[in-house]
Amino acid sequence: MISALRGTLVRIGHNFIENVWRVGAMARFFAMVLLASGTSFRRFRLVMREVYFTGVLSLIIIMVSGLFVGMVLGLQGFETLQKYGAQESIGVLVSLSLVRELGPVVSALLFASRAGSAITAEIGLMKATEQLTAMDMMAVSPTARVIAPRFWAGVISMPMLAALFSAMGVFGGYLVGVVLVGVDNGAFWSQMQAAVDFRYDVMSGVVKSLVFGVAVTVIATFEGFDAPPTAEGVSGATTRTVVSSALTILALDLVLTAFMLRGDH
Amino acid sequence: MERTTIDLWFGAFVLAGFAALLVLALKVGNLGADHANSVYRVEARFDNIGGLKVRAPVRSSGVLVGRVADIRFDNDRFQASVTLALDARYGFPKDTSASILTSGLLGEQYVGLDAGGDEKKLKDGDRITITQSAVVLERLIGQFLFSKAQEDGAKK
Amino acid sequence: MSEENLVEIDAVSFGYDRRPVLEGISMRMPRGKIVAIMGGSGCGKTTLLRLTGGQLRPTRGAVRIAGQVVHELDDEGLYALRRRMSMLFQFGALFTDMSVFDNVAFPLREHADLPEPMVRDLVLMKLEAVGLRGAHALMPSELSGGMARRVALARAVVMDPMLILYDEPFAGLDPIAMSVVGSLIRRLNDALGATSILVTHDVVESLQIVDYLYFVAEGRVVGEGTPEEIRRTTMPVVRQFVHGEIDGPVPFHYPAPGYDADVGLAAAGGAR
Repeated sequence: MISALRGTLVRIGHNFIENVWRVGAMARFFAMVLLASGTSFRRFRLVMREVYFTGVLSLIIIMVSGLFVGMVLGLQGFETLQKYGAQESIGVLVSLSLVRELGPVVSALLFASRAGSAITAEIGLMKATEQLTAMDMMAVSPTARVIAPRFWAGVISMPMLAALFSAMGVFGGYLVGVVLVGVDNGAFWSQMQAAVDFRYDVMSGVVKSLVFGVAVTVIATFEGFDAPPTAEGVSGATTRTVVSSALTILALDLVLTAFMLRGDH
Repeated sequence: MERTTIDLWFGAFVLAGFAALLVLALKVGNLGADHANSVYRVEARFDNIGGLKVRAPVRSSGVLVGRVADIRFDNDRFQASVTLALDARYGFPKDTSASILTSGLLGEQYVGLDAGGDEKKLKDGDRITITQSAVVLERLIGQFLFSKAQEDGAKK
Repeated sequence: MSEENLVEIDAVSFGYDRRPVLEGISMRMPRGKIVAIMGGSGCGKTTLLRLTGGQLRPTRGAVRIAGQVVHELDDEGLYALRRRMSMLFQFGALFTDMSVFDNVAFPLREHADLPEPMVRDLVLMKLEAVGLRGAHALMPSELSGGMARRVALARAVVMDPMLILYDEPFAGLDPIAMSVVGSLIRRLNDALGATSILVTHDVVESLQIVDYLYFVAEGRVVGEGTPEEIRRTTMPVVRQFVHGEIDGPVPFHYPAPGYDADVGLAAAGGAR
């Protein structure tokens, strides 16, 4: 009984130290990637290629999800607002929740599972098949040639994807609100425009998605780079990417929202 | 061959992203409404602004004509000093009055402008002299109870 | 440092954690020669190669390439050195997201700012040398193991290196592919005037192509000589290796307590 308890405590302690170690290693990795970013800008084609794989290939899932989320928000919002006779505010509800929160957060979660896991698996496999070592032996830094372009591609793609998600969501809200349940078109847009501020709401969403883009790609590339060079190693790293990206996105969202609302008043 | 396809996709992706941002800015947000047009600022002092916040709307006859740009406490007069950024398209007479109103019973507070009859218009940096403070619900209830008590006292 | 040795391995010791892998190994690789490092699996051959390539730092001793101590170089110096050497990995390590052509062109495009037609000529020339010019448009996943090894070889020599390191170039190849790769190693080395270090456990193939052999066991050099000397040697370790005897100085058994004791313990545990 006592030994079992002790075993559990020891395991918790081990996990804790392991995670602290990972955070430190990740910070060092992040600094390394930033220092090795020169190549990415001198040869921007490398970044463009990765934007294609991470951003463009995520377009469909992001836009379709955005449309659905917007439509659901419209339906749910209408149900509630109708009770107070405020169904014209449906546009406000849909657009504010999308632009401030759901756009950046949900698109980052989708991005982590669609593109982040792919990045981890790709880099992990390149490591397992000695492609990264081979590159290093050819005097080509894998950090500069493989990691940094993927990192910058993620940072560029994320705000674009979040903006597309929000725009599609607002369109979905419009479809439900105006076309389906018949809220007045003019009231829908004018109330929305009166309530949504470009600098405070739209730009704060963009800032959030930038931060999420940095976080997801750093986690994804680090997990791939750090994965044990075996099949289980790579699959475990892929899972860890999705899990820790999701947790990091939500935690960062809390912090950023607290900051932004404070600056608001 | 593959390289040019990637160029094309990259271009399309970036364009789509910026287009979405533009839609959010102009169609969803208020960038078209009060940042694109120039504004002029006027000041108004209130004894009590209640729950008025920066960015609250300024309306005249119910139409949005500007926003609250800044709220400060004037330590010489012990009053709140509110800066209003008004849309340059709308001119108001010098003797316009500003009052702090509430949309609905419990809605957000905004500044209402009632135009006066002066020939001269408000200019950037001017001050609105006729102001009416926010109605504070506690005070209103207090006054009501007080007058009620007085009525009852008079009846006896 | 004598002029004729391109690589000198000087009393190098190395250990992972506390397990010693190499204990004071010294070797000489003369210019223009192919030197094989042989030994059983896990004897530290690959470690030796990684030390030479600067991927690991020795705990004691030094590896010198063209007079430079590898582990004392900074990042820039190491990369400058690596541009003049190349390494062939056990399974080729081709970049799976690029075609054969782009794989071979990779070092050229990264390091030399050559016009595209010249890159094309150089790449096709090297692919022709390994007999795979016709396969330049294929992806690595479409190649057999032997073809992948030959493409990797073409990629390794495309920058005309002065030193080529081979990590188990014969592993997992059929006899035909093996002799193809073997003769290519010899031909390319002589054509480039390069020096080659071959880490392998394939005695028969390497005896045909190399100029000198080192035998490594338990972290030490246990035998060396030219192919003729090795064929005639009476040293038990080398004989065991050359003739493929199961037991000998290189034991069949991983170190373990006596078999009886282990089995007896198991029986006692079962009876209890």
